[in-house]
Amino acid sequence: MSHGQPSTSNRASAVRAGLSDPATTISFSEAQLGEVRRLQSLYPDARGALLPVLHMAQETFGYISLEAEEYVATLFDLSPAHVHEVVTFYTLYFRERPGRHVVAVCHNLSCHLAGAPGIIAHLKDKLGIDPGATTEDGRVTFLTVECLCACEAAPMAQVDDRYELNLTPEKIDRLLEGLR
Amino acid sequence: MAEIVLMRNFSHPDSHTLNAYRANGGYAAWDKAREMEPAAITEAVKKANLRGLGGAGFPTGMKWSFIPKTHTGPVYLVVNADEGEPGTFKDRYLLERDPHALIEGMLIAARAIRCTLGFVYIRGEYVQPWRRFSAAVQEAYDAGLLGRGFDVIVHRGAGAYICGEETGLLSSLEGKKGWPKIKPPFPAIKGAFGQPTIVNNVETLCCVPPIITRGAEWFAGLGTKTQGGTRMYSVSGRVKKPAVYEASVSITLRRLIETAGGVSGTGRLKAVVPGGGSAAILTADEIDVAMDVDGLKAAGSMIGSAGVVVMDESVSIPEALMVLARFYAHESCGQCTPCRESTGWIYKMVHRIVDGRGHKEDLDTILDVAKRGAGTTICAFYDGAVGPYISYIEKFRSEFEALIPHA
Repeated sequence: MSHGQPSTSNRASAVRAGLSDPATTISFSEAQLGEVRRLQSLYPDARGALLPVLHMAQETFGYISLEAEEYVATLFDLSPAHVHEVVTFYTLYFRERPGRHVVAVCHNLSCHLAGAPGIIAHLKDKLGIDPGATTEDGRVTFLTVECLCACEAAPMAQVDDRYELNLTPEKIDRLLEGLR
Repeated sequence: MAEIVLMRNFSHPDSHTLNAYRANGGYAAWDKAREMEPAAITEAVKKANLRGLGGAGFPTGMKWSFIPKTHTGPVYLVVNADEGEPGTFKDRYLLERDPHALIEGMLIAARAIRCTLGFVYIRGEYVQPWRRFSAAVQEAYDAGLLGRGFDVIVHRGAGAYICGEETGLLSSLEGKKGWPKIKPPFPAIKGAFGQPTIVNNVETLCCVPPIITRGAEWFAGLGTKTQGGTRMYSVSGRVKKPAVYEASVSITLRRLIETAGGVSGTGRLKAVVPGGGSAAILTADEIDVAMDVDGLKAAGSMIGSAGVVVMDESVSIPEALMVLARFYAHESCGQCTPCRESTGWIYKMVHRIVDGRGHKEDLDTILDVAKRGAGTTICAFYDGAVGPYISYIEKFRSEFEALIPHA
């Protein structure tokens, strides 16, 4: 740490605020730490590996909690504040645990023209939640997002890693059935 | 239609593999370029009239020549694969269907600028294109094409439109939030990690191998006087066959819409976004325009990323502007006050107009705020937002007024 020790008081207040899960131990395996060092050595400045390592952290811990930010900060000799400002700048880092699946519907221009509002309304109805929320059973996080650049197949959505194209309400129903 | 250059390999089912790429003449350009003097490569790209296809349309060879001749430290090549301009999807096709064309273009560009390390910054949402491209990079390493004087790092973004802006991208590559940097210094002087850096778009670099194998004159002859080549037009919205179409940069917008099957919906054209969400809108009377950098500039718009969004007569222009205004409000990085504040307030105003709650002075307020803010920010993001704000309202004012009580 170049800016003092990890702040236990921050962690305690975060836990009180319900922002992190005290039961989870945040640390990478030895193999993952090796991968962190490999990534850091690729870049002219080790900090270049921060986004890739945050992707790794999210895959490992499910989301980027304040504790995960502090942990990653120690790996980069950065202040947790610097990691926090990076995590909060980007849309793909989740700061709370998302559902087991993420359905992100594009609501930009071409998808809008092709009926995205109807797709979004259908999902609200089927899932019983508004965009930005997660179903109570933790199955699906439902988001609306900006252009995913698959406008030739509008309306479309990203479901986890996959692009789902030319959506219709029926296709949405089939997709949802496949998400367990 | 003009010759197919960029999409020449797309129909082959294994076009993403090294074997298929080589079988179709791939890496012959690199074999030729590695025998050429670096300056001769840059000269060929200049003569070819290749202009950047990511948005700004800057002459590529000239950009390469800005690397200081006296610099003795590292030089970096950064590929902008952070495709995100609304209405654009061409780079996704190149990454998935012809990744080796990009790698070959990088090898040649790297020789021209004397660079030993390249980065490919792929938007975080592009998971499949990232996997495809990473596999191709591995193939290129295994075949000894990479790793012998030039290395490539594939870097995933994490969701932020502003990282498509070249200096925002560099900040992000350095492990920071994607805040654009004040220019000058331009990246060619001081870019990634403080070193001279060339940032090129995916499609731009994919043009380089054909320029080397078939010659600068041939490439220049495919286009207009001031821009060579063909390019990939992403056509979507209300057309019968939305898809990516390759055509000479001299094609007119009218012909391009016909190529995409013509207008769908009512079949009657109302307006077209010619170059991605940030381009000023054109009316149905303005489509006899050449789809190159200078043709669109003369028409008061821009070719940008060549994302064409077609709107038939049933489309509500105020609603279309509301969708784009929401996008700019969401994606403003927050660094510069005029952009951060205006994008938010303008979205609220367009939203209330569409909801039938507009005030009669709203339209003039939006125009005033848009015009005063343009040119006052660190990067071109806000100027890109201003294009739609002004053009949608000025060209379709009566449609907005009809929604405002007592206008």
